Amino acid sequence: MIRLVLRDLSLAVRAGGGFGLGLAFFLIVVVLVPFAIGPEAALLGAVAPGVLWLGALLACLLSLDRMFALDFEDGTLDLLACAPVPLEGVVAAKAFAHWITTGLPLVAAAPVLGVLLNLPVAGYGWVVVSLALGTPALSMIGAFGAALTVGLRRGGLLLSLLVLPLYVPTLIFGAEVARRGATGQGGEAPLLLLAGISLGAMALLPFAAAAALRINLR
Amino acid sequence: MPVLSGVTFSVSAGEAVVLRGPNGSGKTTLLRTVAGLQPALAGSVVGEDVAYAGHADGIKGALSVRENLRFWADVFGMREVEGAMRAFDLWALRDRAAGHLSAGQKRRLGLARLAVTGRPLWLLDEPTVSLDAASVALFGDVLRGHLAGGGAALIATHVELGFEARVVDVAQFRAVAGALDGAWA
Repeated sequence: MIRLVLRDLSLAVRAGGGFGLGLAFFLIVVVLVPFAIGPEAALLGAVAPGVLWLGALLACLLSLDRMFALDFEDGTLDLLACAPVPLEGVVAAKAFAHWITTGLPLVAAAPVLGVLLNLPVAGYGWVVVSLALGTPALSMIGAFGAALTVGLRRGGLLLSLLVLPLYVPTLIFGAEVARRGATGQGGEAPLLLLAGISLGAMALLPFAAAAALRINLR
Repeated sequence: MPVLSGVTFSVSAGEAVVLRGPNGSGKTTLLRTVAGLQPALAGSVVGEDVAYAGHADGIKGALSVRENLRFWADVFGMREVEGAMRAFDLWALRDRAAGHLSAGQKRRLGLARLAVTGRPLWLLDEPTVSLDAASVALFGDVLRGHLAGGGAALIATHVELGFEARVVDVAQFRAVAGALDGAWA
């Protein structure tokens, strides 16, 4: 399983692997927001936590359809299903690799991009913590959606429609943590709920995603 | 909808069984069922751990030949990949990106993957597609070695592999089409 994570990582960083796609999208969204909203510093600071979270969520969504589709097309998924590793473990490994290549760069880039949005000083730590705890849920929920739509041609649209409603709780609590942190209120309560969503997704969704994959492999 | 019914056969150690039948007769369905990729509508498959090689080879073009085999060997908990590369004449290509291989070379890499799984029963779906005569002979040698070592193989093929194998004709197990036509009428 570690081997699967390492393989996915090395595939991601090589030519055509899609590493940096989410990060570049995140960067573009956040850089363009001040142009769209205007240079008023107070307004930018007020929307900064929400914009950072929304940008991260959409950036995550962007690379989801590749998670299983490539392995499905070249037959790797069939072979992994016959291999002595549980399919649940395969799902967890691939979601983890997706988080490292997509979620982790977003967490690292968020404080830098916060400067562009005039994020209040108190908010930096909270934005990083909320993204660090929330993005694993985005990757895991996304893995479930990707597993459901893996056999479909042009499944990307259906994948987005399936996954976006499931992302809403994560977005609400994640952005709430960042907003409360930035305005000087304690963000502990929504942070606990966010952590709960992530842990629940990691505990339950590998099984659901593996069941969906088994059906799609038939 | 049932494709095949009443299928009964066994493959013992050291034996190769060849599945024959026209295109669309259910050879791939049967192999995927034996591999556990799809459940049988009725009945059961009893037996050893299998290694499956389907129409797609499961090869990543961005990885080298050696890295591809290394990955599958690790997944199956095996160590050695050099022997498989030599047996399939891939040693000279070991550091070449798999995406730059020809169709026949890719196929050889896909078949070499079987050798690094360490599984006793090989399920082969049209293994010789896009192989030239020399490569088919090479593959026949490897398969003979596998059988001699106590392995077994279930092969769907239209090509003579150059050794004695029991033939099972899939066409005799076809689910009765007439009954289904009646159901839809």
